[in-house]
Amino acid sequence: MTESVVTDHTKQETISADQNRVELCEKNPAEDFLRMDRIPHIWCPGCGIGTSVNAFVRALIEAKVDRSKLCVVSGIGCSGRVSGYLNVDAFHTTHGRAIPFATGLKLANPELTVVVYSGDGDLSAIGGNHLVHAARRNIDIKVVCVNNFIYSMTGGQAAPTTPMGTIASTAPYGFCEYALNLPHFVEACGATYIARWTTFHVRQLQKSMQESFAKKGFTFIEVIAPCPTLYGRRNQYRQGVDEMKMFKEVSRREKDIETRDAEIKPGEKIVIGKFVDRERETWLESMQHHYKEVLGDAYYPYTGAMI
Amino acid sequence: MKADEKAVNTGIHFMDGDSACCEGAIAAGCRFVAGYPITPSTEVVELIAQRFPKIGGIFIQMEDEIASSIAISGASWAGAKAMTVTSGPGFSLMMEHIGYAVMTETPCVFVNVQRGGPSTGLPTLPGQQDIMQCRWGSHGDYEVIALSPNSPQECFDLTIQCFNLAEKYRVPVFLMMDECVGHMSERVVIPPADEIEIEPRHYTEQAPGEFSPYNDMEGLVPRTTKAGDGHNILVTGLTHDDRGYPDMSANTHQVLVDRLIKKIRHSADDIIILEEDDVDGADIVVVSYGISSRVATRGVRMAREKGLRVGMLRLVTVWPFPENRIRELADRIEAFVVVEMNQGQIMREVQRCSEGRAQVAGVLNYGGAIHPPEEIYQTIAGVSS
Ligand SMILES: Cc1ncc(C[n+]2csc(CCOP(=O)(O)OP(=O)(O)O)c2C)c(N)n1
Ligand code: SF4
Repeated sequence: MTESVVTDHTKQETISADQNRVELCEKNPAEDFLRMDRIPHIWCPGCGIGTSVNAFVRALIEAKVDRSKLCVVSGIGCSGRVSGYLNVDAFHTTHGRAIPFATGLKLANPELTVVVYSGDGDLSAIGGNHLVHAARRNIDIKVVCVNNFIYSMTGGQAAPTTPMGTIASTAPYGFCEYALNLPHFVEACGATYIARWTTFHVRQLQKSMQESFAKKGFTFIEVIAPCPTLYGRRNQYRQGVDEMKMFKEVSRREKDIETRDAEIKPGEKIVIGKFVDRERETWLESMQHHYKEVLGDAYYPYTGAMI
Repeated sequence: MKADEKAVNTGIHFMDGDSACCEGAIAAGCRFVAGYPITPSTEVVELIAQRFPKIGGIFIQMEDEIASSIAISGASWAGAKAMTVTSGPGFSLMMEHIGYAVMTETPCVFVNVQRGGPSTGLPTLPGQQDIMQCRWGSHGDYEVIALSPNSPQECFDLTIQCFNLAEKYRVPVFLMMDECVGHMSERVVIPPADEIEIEPRHYTEQAPGEFSPYNDMEGLVPRTTKAGDGHNILVTGLTHDDRGYPDMSANTHQVLVDRLIKKIRHSADDIIILEEDDVDGADIVVVSYGISSRVATRGVRMAREKGLRVGMLRLVTVWPFPENRIRELADRIEAFVVVEMNQGQIMREVQRCSEGRAQVAGVLNYGGAIHPPEEIYQTIAGVSS
């Protein structure tokens, strides 16, 4: 039986020669969530960002997230381009500021489901202060942080997550700073749900994303992803698949893992899994409880700031 | 649309400018304020923090002014009228998000209670040195609207006006107060809610699928929507086409920025508020704004007592600048005298517009203190001789 697959942007046709007929298959469900009129996307072959988006969209579908209430907010970077490809209310903000933008969005209309999807540099370097305080306040936003160990959009400069000793365009002889252990950091700040997966672990990643939608409060999922063009190439992983092989080899999922063991050093294991799953009142909940208690009837129950 | 009766603090009050600004924001329908404490603006957010829980609003003290200035854009896209309040150093940190609000056409209000700069400068003393910064401080070419109150009453009235203009033109609007106006107490009349006119957000009536945030035009200003209304909008600070999609070509950029500028410039007559006193018969016109305009009035009176024909032109709207009015006057008067607490930020605008046809003198200082009226009188007398 000879088969050829012809794809246009709306349907896939499987032409089966011996039956001499055309079967119309269901289109990929992920397409429904993408702005297909913006495809082709800007990401390089072998880039891990698209893989994470695939898991994300499947998680949205599985978790039955009400799409009309879903907002995806990004900062600036290759990872920051995610919001622009999703066919939902999408906000591409400024470098590092996706979290405070999302804070305004969520607090002004608590009925929205607000996701922040951005890069490691964006969220933890220039946006680090906002990451601290949104987690501390327990703002009900879902953060997906694509960690490709580098500033990709601008050409492969070192990031706070660049493993010590690896090469970056601004660290041509090797980077000599300690890398930020993101799960440990956000745990200390107060995040209610923390997980880390690599793009090799798509099913687990999708499951974590689903869990995070069901969770209230500040959740943080770190996705370790290859950037063959600007990190891999300079650090012995010529293609995306080489970095994926490394992820497969060095990833360790252990019982009772703790975030303090999640530091990433070159050549050493990468600890993956769910680290934290706990309950804390969100900022809005504690604000509402507190004012009710202190102000009694003088408190005007807050439902949203919309006009 | 009228203001909300439950929230408006109707009555005759004795209050300072900072409090009047807070009451103005409430009357205008603002229910989201993000801020970071800084003298001399803090009283505005302190009063907001007191008032909001009782009227259904949210005040959040953010981690810095960068966060505050983008949180209001987020809140605005959720459908709120939103404001941030700051002073010099905090204002410097907000610059990137002025550009973001301009580019994404996000209605929002920035209040700057100006103090003396540069840097930490004079935290407790007045200045008017951020006038150019609010006009040009973010990178790129753009137009904004800025109003400058000279009394607590105007802090109330013009805060409402700022919110109304922000909605009408989908642009960030600035209330450029100064420490003196913020901290001085005077009679403030807050009218009944049904006498306060509020500009609603101009929402689209197009169906999801047809609409994008930049394709449903009302003149040069597109109608909008809010998050959660099913339109699947894409909002970006990148140069974008009318679907909101990034399109980084010189042509799309030209079309977009041109419209962002023209939507303000072509409506200058609708936006600009000037207060004139005896300008028509004058040989010399004093131009001033904010607290400086109040001392300037004294200087003008002194000059008139000496028989000089002096008019007074107060800029209630600072940006867009009243270019046409200054040009007209330059053709028939002898001189302008500009009184401001900086080194000539508006004076240079007056020079630019008068194109050498009238003399332009400044009564300038470095901030920190309002001018003695005598100094203003002497400059007027100097140009007239
Ligand atoms: C205020 C500001 N500073 C610097 C930049 C330039 N810049 C754009 S993206 C970026 C780094 C992005 O790195 P990351 O967040 O890790 O995302 P990636 O591209 O790796 O996915 C930088 C420095 C900018 N856009 N704005
Ligand atoms: S530069 Fe790196 S992160 Fe950016 S698209 Fe290419 S592979 Fe992905």
